[in-house]
Amino acid sequence: MTATEILSARFFKVFSPNKVFSPKTSLAAAEKPARRRRTLPRERRWSIAALGACQAAILVAVFGFWEIGARVGWIDKFFWASPSQIWHTFLIFVDSGSAFIDTWYTLRSTLLGFAIGTSLGGLLGLSFWWSNNYAIILQPYLVALEAMPKLALAPLLILVFGIGLPSKIVIGMLLTMIIATLTTAAGVRSIDRDGERLMYSLGASRRQVFVKLVVPSVLPWLISVLRVNIGLALTGSIVGEFIASQHGLGRTIMYAGQTYDIALIWVGVFTLSILSAFMYVAVSHLERVLLKGVRHAPAH
Amino acid sequence: MLILGKTSATESSHFESELMTGSTTAKIELRGLSQVFYGERDVVALESVSLAIAAGRFVSLIGPSGCGKSTIFNILAGLQLPTKGAVFIDGENVTGGIGVVGYMLQKDLLLPWRTVLDNVILGMEIRGMPVREARAQALPYLYKYGLGGFEKQYPATLSGGMRQRAALLRTLLYDCEIILLDEPFGALDAQTRVRMQEWLLQIWSDFGKTIIFVTHDVDEAVYLSDEIYVMSPRPGRVKERFDVDLARPRPRHLVNAPEFAVYRQHCLDLLSHDAPDEVAASAA
Repeated sequence: MTATEILSARFFKVFSPNKVFSPKTSLAAAEKPARRRRTLPRERRWSIAALGACQAAILVAVFGFWEIGARVGWIDKFFWASPSQIWHTFLIFVDSGSAFIDTWYTLRSTLLGFAIGTSLGGLLGLSFWWSNNYAIILQPYLVALEAMPKLALAPLLILVFGIGLPSKIVIGMLLTMIIATLTTAAGVRSIDRDGERLMYSLGASRRQVFVKLVVPSVLPWLISVLRVNIGLALTGSIVGEFIASQHGLGRTIMYAGQTYDIALIWVGVFTLSILSAFMYVAVSHLERVLLKGVRHAPAH
Repeated sequence: MLILGKTSATESSHFESELMTGSTTAKIELRGLSQVFYGERDVVALESVSLAIAAGRFVSLIGPSGCGKSTIFNILAGLQLPTKGAVFIDGENVTGGIGVVGYMLQKDLLLPWRTVLDNVILGMEIRGMPVREARAQALPYLYKYGLGGFEKQYPATLSGGMRQRAALLRTLLYDCEIILLDEPFGALDAQTRVRMQEWLLQIWSDFGKTIIFVTHDVDEAVYLSDEIYVMSPRPGRVKERFDVDLARPRPRHLVNAPEFAVYRQHCLDLLSHDAPDEVAASAA
């Protein structure tokens, strides 16, 4: 062994106690401890039936505990109600027709606010492509509007637009429009400059570049924001209904709260949850379909 | 007649007289093209570049990085206005005009939401041709040049070589007499590149366009072209221009021939002489 090898072996002995880097010299070999070999950690997946059974079991356990607790006295029946009471109230809610009227009212205002706000926001964002100066001028105002909690404007909007459907639509519109504008503006900024140069080198006019390049490029951005917007529109509708409304699930919840009808509050909350889940799934599906139609590629 | 940029009075009158005098036989001509990028530091990208190219020729521009080849192309395509000088096509001053030449960049830039066929007809569509007619016209070209059967596919499913083919067809079908190719095969692997070069020569002889080709690859330039312009590093100037007198059609094994080696060595010598220049220039 050369002097270097001896020295390096000594060096590694001192500075590498677990001997990971020890050179393969006879000096180090004799002192290698036996190490337990590790394997890749693996979790065996259960069958779908087993997983589903666990999920159902949680549901049963929660509601079972709730019901039993309310009856026996662990949970205060007045403030929490029991599942059987809720179900009973739900049947009355449906029978009296309010379920359909209120659900339809909330659904209508949500969908309209969502559609109008998203489209207007998209158009506004697209318009930023036409003039850089105009985009720069408006940029700080957009950021300020985004930062401001727009729900704080809800009471004002109700005063201005009345307690009917339009005010709820306007609140939803306001929330969705800002997000749609910002997202579309980001999409416009991210367009490949070389793509524009290609179009101009082919002799395209600005309008042609806008229609053939800018709009299709930005569409995936707008589509990806649909899921966020539907949630925002729903929030806007509910908050508007909380403040003042003739119908709607938010109004039901608010009214129930004021009359201490806790079971009705829960009925309202559950109905709202189902409605919200349904809209979310529908919009996700729509998003997938639209993206496939627009992109024709797995990833951007 | 426009003369753009900052020129002195005597200079501009000199240019004007030069421009006024006589027509030329060249298909495309650059006269005294200069480009300065003003900014924190003024960068002289091009310094009085003059080229004259006859119709139907295949011309290559070789040069080190930063010698202004892409700037020349941008000026030719009207995407950039030169600080000085003018571009003439068929004797007419077309400086700053877009849509006059076909320009293919290194990135294929196929629009991902359009089918291959719709991508290839993009130029014709912009010109105003009805889509149906454009598609009917373009389809046989797809079949002839190796993209048959892919017309309804989307660019994401195509390989690199196929995408470059589609991009090139798009440029050709735009029906300009002059085509600018900016390192179109640079991003392809070596074997695909060889196939694409032969394919390009086939297309060139079929269409009969005037092609200006930019590349870093000396072998590629000598194999493909009739004329080679060697550029110097920044500020870009034409260092030398020479003809490549190799008989056409050129078989692949020509790259092994001694005449080929002579041309290749000549190019490499011209380019390697730039190394000390580059050091001096970057030190400036």
